Amino acid sequence: MNRSGMGRSGVSEFVIDIENLVFQWPGRNGFRLSIPQFKVKPGERIFLQGASGSGKSTLLGLLGGVLLPQPCRLRVLDTDMTALTSSARDRFRVDHVGFLFQQFNLVPYLSVRENVLLPCRFSPRRRQRSLEAAGTNAANALEQSADRLLAQLGLDAALARQPATALSVGQQQRVAAARALIGHPELIIADEPTSALDSDRQAEFLDLLLERCENENVTLIFVSHDERLAQHFTRSIHLNELRG
Amino acid sequence: MAISIALSVILLLGVEQLRTQARENFSQSISGTDLVVGARTSPIQLMLYAVFRLGDATHSIRWASFQAIAQHPAVAWAIPISLGDSHRGFAVVGTTPAYFKYFRYADGRSLAFSAGGPFGDIFDAVIGADVAEQLGYHLGDHIILNHGAKDIGLAQHADKPFQVVGILKRTGLPVDRSVHVGLEAIEAIHLDWQGGAPIAGLSIPAEYVRKFDLNPKELTAVLIGLKSRVGVFQMQRFINQYRGEPLLAVLPGVALDELWSVVGIVENSLLIISALVVAVGLSGLVAVVLAGLGERRRELAILRSVGAGPRVVFMLLAIEGLIIVVVGSLLGLLGLIALSHFAAPFLQAHLGISLTAGLISAEAWQLLLLVMATGFLVSLVPGYRAYRISLADGLTPRL
Ligand SMILES: Nc1ncnc2c1ncn2[C@@H]1O[C@H](COP(=O)(O)OP(=O)(O)OP(=O)(O)O)[C@@H](O)[C@H]1O
Ligand SMILES: [Mg+2]
Repeated sequence: MNRSGMGRSGVSEFVIDIENLVFQWPGRNGFRLSIPQFKVKPGERIFLQGASGSGKSTLLGLLGGVLLPQPCRLRVLDTDMTALTSSARDRFRVDHVGFLFQQFNLVPYLSVRENVLLPCRFSPRRRQRSLEAAGTNAANALEQSADRLLAQLGLDAALARQPATALSVGQQQRVAAARALIGHPELIIADEPTSALDSDRQAEFLDLLLERCENENVTLIFVSHDERLAQHFTRSIHLNELRG
Repeated sequence: MAISIALSVILLLGVEQLRTQARENFSQSISGTDLVVGARTSPIQLMLYAVFRLGDATHSIRWASFQAIAQHPAVAWAIPISLGDSHRGFAVVGTTPAYFKYFRYADGRSLAFSAGGPFGDIFDAVIGADVAEQLGYHLGDHIILNHGAKDIGLAQHADKPFQVVGILKRTGLPVDRSVHVGLEAIEAIHLDWQGGAPIAGLSIPAEYVRKFDLNPKELTAVLIGLKSRVGVFQMQRFINQYRGEPLLAVLPGVALDELWSVVGIVENSLLIISALVVAVGLSGLVAVVLAGLGERRRELAILRSVGAGPRVVFMLLAIEGLIIVVVGSLLGLLGLIALSHFAAPFLQAHLGISLTAGLISAEAWQLLLLVMATGFLVSLVPGYRAYRISLADGLTPRL
């Protein structure tokens, strides 16, 4: 409750702070996700695994403020998610969290660059931050910022104007990563972003993503079934360990 | 999808356009005429053949009747009209120079010549703008009239060619598609005819026709202008009660209203049908967008992940539908303008309706707005569906 008591003057103690979380999909009694405690410190890169249907994606939805649990402690970046209205949670999500999904991560009728810049359209904060990152006042500073991010992820600037559907799956995932990273959100949530890639592409993609997160000191929650990837992370968790 | 909406809009606006243009045209043609007189028949039929050259007259009226009417003190002018012959599909109108002097249309405009002048001699002809243009006639050209309305080829007045002495400016009326000759000329070419066929063995050369009595004996109709419109009903009664023969005088406006009330049923059913086609187009749009939503659940999840609330998703989908409808409607509008450009000569030729291409009536605009508004309303359906989906799916689309 007391913000200063949490030590949030610069960086808060936890990026994710969960206690006694219980969630059930409305109208479905079979599944129940309950997590007694889960805390993540800033800059951690967490590998989260778990059986199919165990509730990994559900947990990510709760962290992103798309789903609302029963009353409990669910703080993300020191914000009490259970206290926000649904539109405030939408706003919070785009302001502070970048998302990456398994496949078909892009809006097909937008160009690559437009896809990358999507969060900036919904969030003045992300927009502001990516303008700052561009370091210029040029009219196309936002585009420059997107293109630079794409370049850092190994994508040629020539691709920026292409329709999103013109890209290979591996390239699409990098564009999605650029979209998650643009405007420097504090938290990146990735739900099996590599499972559609072959093992070479997987390693390549993971390297790039981790490098970016490390460079920019972004906290990462990364869900995957592939245990071999766990070694690249600062912490590896099995959802069963979290569930109570 | 936008195409099917465009096509349905073309149909809807096209029907509306035709409707208003036809009315406009018809009422313009006779706006300066107070009474139309012919042999007793139905008012609508009289209007159709006397003014619009549609259909044939069943009976004619006597020259004496015309004189009685023309000399009536209330009458400012009377134009005799004798129909029945044709020239290569264009109606031949037997009349007097009074026609060019007194005939009024639209807002009181009178006929004007683009070349030459009224007919003076027996075998002089004045042609309408379309006749001149389509047949490539110039002043001084010789033309041969056909007997009857159809081009049969055989029944020609080939022995008595006419000379073009005047070409009228375009009016947008049936006048454009008429060949005007003197009443005497009509008598002259039929001197050696009887009962619609040349009299065998009798052929009177053109040089000799002047020796015969060419005073007109029969007419098809008379257009009358009154000195004062106040007396129009009195005059109508006078004609309808004329003792010499059964005559009919109609007030053009009244007869047209009668015509529209008959045609209105057809018009309205046409409008309803085209409205239904538009409805089918719009529901097709909704069906396609709805069906596509299943495939787009990931897209919705992406939008949610970048901060779009369910309400934003709703708006996006509704706007998407609206854009398709607007694009379709505008395409339809362009299509219609293009189409009326191409169809104008055809309609002019076959229905006597002159389209002012590119000119969309206020009613048509209203219809168009109505289509777009309906389009927006029906787009709310996929919008709402997307709203439900994005609420239920969150970030993990169920496929
Ligand atoms: N949108 C939804 N509506 C209703 N139930 C859902 C929804 N999404 C997931 N569930 C249910 O919640 C449970 C957990 O699903 P979830 O997707 O979180 O598992 P997961 O660990 O991510 O599995 P996977 O590894 O296959 O992605 C399942 O029983 C699933 O059926
Ligand atoms: Mg999952």
